[in-house]
Amino acid sequence: MPDFDALLLARLQFAFTISFHILFPALTIGLASYLAVLEGLWLATKRQVYLDLFHFWLKIFAVAFGMGVVSGIVMAYEFGTNWSEFSRFAGGITGPLLAYEVLTAFFLEAGFLGVMMFGMQRVGKGLHFLATCAVAVGTLISATWILASNSWMQTPQGFAVIDGRAVPVDWLAVIFNPSFPYRLAHMVVAAFLATALVVGATGAWHLLRRRDNTAVRTMFSMAMWMVLAAAPLQAFIGDLHGLNTLEHQPAKLAAIEGHWDNVAGERVPLLLFGLPDMQAERTRYAIGVPGLGSLLLTHTLDGRVPGLKDFPREDRPNSTVVFWSFRAMVGLGLLMITLALGALLARWRRRLYDARPLLRFAVWMGPAGLAAILAGWITTEVGRQPWVVYGVMRTADAVSAHAAAPVALTLAIFVVVYFAVFGAGTVYGLRIMAKGPHTDESAIPVPGGPGQTRTPSRPLSAAAEDESADGSVHAAHDGPPAGEGTPPNDGGPR
Amino acid sequence: MGIDLPLLWAVIILFSIMMYVVMDGFDLGIGMLFPWFPEKADRDVMMNSVAPVWDGNETWLVLGGAGLLAAFPMAYAAVLSALYLPITFMLIGLIFRGVAFEFRFKTAAGKRRMWDWSFCLGSFCAAFFQGVTLGAYLDGIALRDGRFAGGALDWVSPFSLFTGVGLVVAYMLLGSTWLVMKTSGQLQADMRSRTRHWVWALVAVLVVLSLWTPWAHPAIAARWFTLPNLFWFAPVPVLVGVATLLLLRALRRDSHAQPFLLTLALVFLGYSGLGISLWPHVIPPGVTIWDAAGPPQSLGFALVGALLIIPVILMYTAFSYWVFRGKVQAGEGYH
Repeated sequence: MPDFDALLLARLQFAFTISFHILFPALTIGLASYLAVLEGLWLATKRQVYLDLFHFWLKIFAVAFGMGVVSGIVMAYEFGTNWSEFSRFAGGITGPLLAYEVLTAFFLEAGFLGVMMFGMQRVGKGLHFLATCAVAVGTLISATWILASNSWMQTPQGFAVIDGRAVPVDWLAVIFNPSFPYRLAHMVVAAFLATALVVGATGAWHLLRRRDNTAVRTMFSMAMWMVLAAAPLQAFIGDLHGLNTLEHQPAKLAAIEGHWDNVAGERVPLLLFGLPDMQAERTRYAIGVPGLGSLLLTHTLDGRVPGLKDFPREDRPNSTVVFWSFRAMVGLGLLMITLALGALLARWRRRLYDARPLLRFAVWMGPAGLAAILAGWITTEVGRQPWVVYGVMRTADAVSAHAAAPVALTLAIFVVVYFAVFGAGTVYGLRIMAKGPHTDESAIPVPGGPGQTRTPSRPLSAAAEDESADGSVHAAHDGPPAGEGTPPNDGGPR
Repeated sequence: MGIDLPLLWAVIILFSIMMYVVMDGFDLGIGMLFPWFPEKADRDVMMNSVAPVWDGNETWLVLGGAGLLAAFPMAYAAVLSALYLPITFMLIGLIFRGVAFEFRFKTAAGKRRMWDWSFCLGSFCAAFFQGVTLGAYLDGIALRDGRFAGGALDWVSPFSLFTGVGLVVAYMLLGSTWLVMKTSGQLQADMRSRTRHWVWALVAVLVVLSLWTPWAHPAIAARWFTLPNLFWFAPVPVLVGVATLLLLRALRRDSHAQPFLLTLALVFLGYSGLGISLWPHVIPPGVTIWDAAGPPQSLGFALVGALLIIPVILMYTAFSYWVFRGKVQAGEGYH
């Protein structure tokens, strides 16, 4: 069996690569749907502002999507390179789920992404809208399969262990395992919420700098409505998810609460502060609200809540980590609800666009959704330890038998490359956000993209070409004339 | 039982990997051609010729991986842990080139060169280590109890390093013939004249590999050079020769799509040669697809989706290529 260091390094590598990765899909799930809504509104109302916003957020979507793709391919191979024992054991279950994700989601997104990003001058409006919707639906289908797979690892059912490997017996039971609906709803809403906060912060940032235009106002307003709808909904789903965890993963819940002793008749407090000590088997410096723990978890004042001492030491997740990651997530969630209510109040007073404290708050809350997603995933993933398939396979038995050195080497490479590459990408994304949107965002014609149609298919593109002939702003064509006029590519927006 | 599930899945995975090699082959090749085309305008055109489709091309690699996990979990586990380092290096290469599509157009002019390098070196890195992975795979994986039992550097051998170089050459030829098809004017003329060198380079690679592979792997030699196999497989090298001659002729003439199509034929022939060499092993030298297959319930469930959905994927992929058909002009791109 592998030595301890290789296991720890492999876990660090997984935690590192997945934490970076999840941020990009979270944004692209939210942005793809937002873009579909914007394009739909544009088609329905013909208002220019929606088209402007569409083009503006499309650029940011493209950056996030590219980073999501390349960091995602790493994940698809990491199961085999670092977790080969897990793949041997559970590949018969997680493999088909991943295959379905690729077949029904990844190809759909990739296949229509080109048309969505480059094709507005090449296909009709209806078809382009269809492409945007295909990408949006693809991101949601993708979330569905990967959460089915993750949820099966958390609450496995519908399988039998035969000859040392998990054999699916009932696929419906595998997919619709007990925690799947809650986890899926929680993640999709989290993606929408995180995206709305990013959009809202961008709008607020421009409003604070008095770069006020219809597009900025529209996106800020839409974002605040979305936060108002999604943040309380998320709290409700989170509560249901917590009750589900209590039923199926009691040790995780005990660790989240920093609760050690399961005593009959005790009114379990809800700890607001504390420092769970895994060695001493108690939570130091605990400050809590008496009875509230029982009330929230069992909906009675003295309901019994599992304690960590109910479980053997080797089966306990690290309470110090999840106690705090959970509180970080919930705290951020409460701040989001506060922001949404503040915005509602300002809107009611007709001061939504000039209430500066609110705008500042919205800017600060920009990354809050993404941070909450990370905190939530840390809670659920650290909380299911020491199991990789809950109650069935331990993480320590799942790892590949590598020596520590190669795992340390690849981890070091991933850390350097991810910070450099995705750091640069984040800067580019922020730069675009800081620059726009302008009211003329889509007056700059969206060039047709690569390839050329033999004949100008649309009057608009023919007009653009005439203009370029007069104004000579166009790069010289070598070869046959382009199907549509395009501004010279000067390296994109600055 | 009526259906041979492992066989069907092997065919699906081989098909995905072939789609990947062909499609990502030309867009990796484009990155590797950058050193010969330093002009910004040329590079814009080269990159834009694949910008709308590169992501879909790469998805075939993910399908290959997911299919292997679903159908042959034991092979996925053993092969990927054996080839841990070259696969990781390949992934790092894919990261650098993948992000360059967006970043290159979003950065200030001074930093554009940095992402040009990222695209170029990332493409080299990904292609080379894919080739190394292939060579190491052909060399065979050391197993004990069906698990990888070798060292972290087992993949390093003169043969695997040469297959790395070989795949770089093959992808560069795919890239340059793709660009002959997608560009016009001076860029196309330059591309056409340079392509001839890469054809000869690929011919050299194929000849060396055709000799080295059976020489270093007796099992593969036995597959090819015994009767009646020799008779059945003889068309493969013959067709390679014919395709090469046609390709050189097409490059002398003013043809646009023909060189690319003939290169596709060459790559396909090389790929089928590999298939002939390995079949039916999924972990060379000894483990067959039937030994490594996962539970039939897993293969059957995933097969339904694959058979229903892959045709649809092919249809909309073709649609996307059709939307972006024709020549790419300087100054195009949505950026």
